[in-house]
Amino acid sequence: MLDSRIPEGPLEEKWTKHKSSIKLVNPANKRKIDVLVIGTGLAGGSAAATLGELGYNVKVFCFQDSPRRAHSIAAQGGINAAKNYKNDGDSVHRLFYDTIKGGDFRAREANVHRLAEVSVDIIDQCVAQGVPFAREYGGLLDNRSFGGSQVSRTFYARGQTGQQLLLGAYSALERQVGLGNVKQYTRHEMVEIVNIDGKARGIIARNLINGKLEKFFGHAVVLATGGYGNVFFLSTNAMGSNVTASWKAYKKGAFFGNPCFTQIHPTCVPVTGSYQSKLTLMSESLRNDGRVWVPKKKEDCKKRPQDIAEEDRDYYLERKYPSFGNLAPRDIASRAAKEACDDGRGVGVSGLAVYLDFADAINRLGKSVVEARYGNLFDMYEHITNENPYEMPMRIYPAVHYTMGGTWVDYNLMTTVPGLYAIGEANFSDHGANRLGASALMQGLADGYFVLPYTIGNYLADEIFTKPISTDHPAFLEAENEVKDRYNKLISIKGKRTVDDFHKELGKVMWDYCGMARDKEGLEKARELIKQIRKEFWSDVNVPGGVDEMNPELDKAGRVADFIELGELMVVDALNRNESCGGHFRTEYQDAGEAKRNDNDYAYVAAWEFNGIDADPVLHKEELKFENIKLAVRSYK
Amino acid sequence: MKFTLKIWRQKNTNTAGKFVDYQISDVNSDMSFLEMMDVLNDELVRKGEEPVVFDHDCREGICGMCSMYINGRAHGPKRATTTCQLYMRNFSDGETITIEPWRASSFPVLRDLSVDRSSFDNIIQAGGFISVNTGQAQDANSTPVNKEDADLSMDAAACIGCGACVAACKNASAMLFVSAKVSQFALLPQGQSERSERVLAMVNTMEEEGFGSCTNTGACEAECPKEISISNIARLNRDFLAASIMK
Ligand SMILES: Cc1cc2nc3c(=O)[nH]c(=O)nc-3n(C[C@H](O)[C@H](O)[C@H](O)COP(=O)(O)OP(=O)(O)OC[C@H]3O[C@@H](n4cnc5c(N)ncnc54)[C@H](O)[C@@H]3O)c2cc1C
Ligand code: FES
Repeated sequence: MLDSRIPEGPLEEKWTKHKSSIKLVNPANKRKIDVLVIGTGLAGGSAAATLGELGYNVKVFCFQDSPRRAHSIAAQGGINAAKNYKNDGDSVHRLFYDTIKGGDFRAREANVHRLAEVSVDIIDQCVAQGVPFAREYGGLLDNRSFGGSQVSRTFYARGQTGQQLLLGAYSALERQVGLGNVKQYTRHEMVEIVNIDGKARGIIARNLINGKLEKFFGHAVVLATGGYGNVFFLSTNAMGSNVTASWKAYKKGAFFGNPCFTQIHPTCVPVTGSYQSKLTLMSESLRNDGRVWVPKKKEDCKKRPQDIAEEDRDYYLERKYPSFGNLAPRDIASRAAKEACDDGRGVGVSGLAVYLDFADAINRLGKSVVEARYGNLFDMYEHITNENPYEMPMRIYPAVHYTMGGTWVDYNLMTTVPGLYAIGEANFSDHGANRLGASALMQGLADGYFVLPYTIGNYLADEIFTKPISTDHPAFLEAENEVKDRYNKLISIKGKRTVDDFHKELGKVMWDYCGMARDKEGLEKARELIKQIRKEFWSDVNVPGGVDEMNPELDKAGRVADFIELGELMVVDALNRNESCGGHFRTEYQDAGEAKRNDNDYAYVAAWEFNGIDADPVLHKEELKFENIKLAVRSYK
Repeated sequence: MKFTLKIWRQKNTNTAGKFVDYQISDVNSDMSFLEMMDVLNDELVRKGEEPVVFDHDCREGICGMCSMYINGRAHGPKRATTTCQLYMRNFSDGETITIEPWRASSFPVLRDLSVDRSSFDNIIQAGGFISVNTGQAQDANSTPVNKEDADLSMDAAACIGCGACVAACKNASAMLFVSAKVSQFALLPQGQSERSERVLAMVNTMEEEGFGSCTNTGACEAECPKEISISNIARLNRDFLAASIMK
């Protein structure tokens, strides 16, 4: 049984008490301690900045050309915080409760409560940094309600909340770089982790400009490398988002938690062709005023939407979930769209789309109000599709968006490898089997500003006598050689298929068998198919160019090789979990289309241990204890 | 659709580059510009040639990574649009499309269409922040901010740091980029205590990084994918003058 190191005591007091009992590192010693932070998104950027402020020697890495370009930049909708500025009855407890329930009771109570507690500090910090959140006429901060919640607790900056929060963290980070407390390595990709005597002690990074491998020592290593949605090839993630850092950690002893828990977001622009490289999210806020529907009759699907009479339309979310209607949580809304399309009632050329209609909103509020609320999103939609959503309903379809699974961490955010931490989307910790809107930004900044900088001290306090280890240590050299061999191998295969061919093939298997609906037979088939893809990849991939130069195809090949291995683990996890919960829907386990959880047998986190590439991974269970919330059927009806 | 692509190829910073012509056909008008580049690269790889290196990541117009100079314009022909948000329907069938990297001595070419923009990070390091350590903040609503100022601040903060302003400017000036950051903070109460220091430090670093000076041509504003206004430059100039006198 895994020990999550949750502090004793009542839920509301755990974090405060824990903080005051954590070991401290005195300022003179902090300067002697090196911390490597991989990733500069909300989680990594805020952590690196804060650790720098505290006086540690920090090195921070990202694969883009500037920390400001991490994929957090793309978040549109907002960030939750239990400020209760609207006086609508919100509280830390309510945010905690909503998050646990939203996650379909598969998250750890103590972590989620801490998240809700520190949410309020995040907003204070960001405002002090100059993040221009939306304001009311009186000058105070504005809030809105966001998918799956009945209070207004979401803070936002137009449709660019992620951008503004990230730029806040980035400026705090650059300030520390300017002060010499943090050294930043852009266009550097972490490609291996180095453990010495059972502790994480460093990394190997590839300099993406010249292809050189560089070795870095750290007393501790923090992974803040984001999510792995790109295992599906098509997703709302950025092109470079990858699992490599987490995967290397997994292969070096860090358990991987709930890998099959992925979030498929209901409102994305549908796929149009095989050349498509990514999917674009249309913010969930659209569901506040847009109504989702499909034709009742299959034969109407090819008609123009204007020509379908009101009584021939099926507003299926309003019909099935009268109390939440179009605001039903993401997993539920996505599955309902899939059902409608599987039933032959999808629209658009592919039949894989549903309408999101603003006609009623425009009638009720007037075009100008709708434009003020959603103008930038409507423009974006028109950019992509060449259709005007003021006149034609939008066509949307679910797309892979977020990964709740990730590197397993304890309450201190430490992985099963001492000295190795994981924060932000890269860890598995706070969202259970489904994440609520506007809570990933909250978690990234909670981890980076307010949790990790404290909890890491507990470990580092015992490291003050550890002298920096030379990067000529055999463990570093061995890791470097492994990486070299791997790149040389990739370049030398000179096969017939491109990296993208394999990535697309993998993505299709994942989407078909490990996507919105899964079953035993399909998953077993997927596992065989993925093994086959792996074999073919390593014998038939064609990677052009050389190793010692800027070579994005080689970078991509390395990432896809890891995605293939991860895909298999996701399938193994989905097969193991004989229940439906949140984003994990096993068709065998349902009550007339609604997910059927099995709390007796599966109220645990599945943490997988690597056991060799051709062997089955080993399952470790972390029992989830619900002491403050009663397990209940998650109903939005 | 069919196109002739005239693309800048350059092995690395230290070698000379040149234009190479490529033919591409069967382009779908719903493809994005970068998807068209993906298709070209796919063909090149299959032919055993080296694909064209270009920067991109989000492909949603927000990360600021993409940076192509297309037919003589930063981010191509469409107003208020990044390269990644261009679609092939924005071009005419049979056209010759010239694709270059950002050209500015402060943005050295790394390979093909990819340039080094770390000079922008250096400018932010000099003063593009409000000095407040984590945990030092007071309650977020304790300082109300007039909505109009908050909105203007947000307009300036929308800059994605792509460098199109520099590429578009005949002097390769970074004034629009710098003024956007200076304005974002100058418009907020939180930004006041470091206001003078900030503008001096950022402008000095901009000059040290080798960016040219601003001669008010307005090309930056015209090409900015986020429509950052040059009124920010006027604000910067006022602040810079005031801070220089006080010094
Ligand atoms: C389109 C979109 C909209 C969203 N909207 C919202 C929203 O409105 N509200 C909300 O709460 N959440 C939203 N989310 C989710 C949220 O944005 C992300 O979960 C969150 O920003 C992730 O932050 P992060 O810091 O963990 O990772 P990221 O921001 O993805 O950062 C990852 C970092 O790791 C680096 N990295 C990765 N691998 C390596 C490696 N091998 N070596 C070196 N560096 C590496 C990258 O360079 C980058 O700096 C949205 C997500 C998407 C895709
Ligand atoms: S790729 Fe991000 S802005 Fe174009």
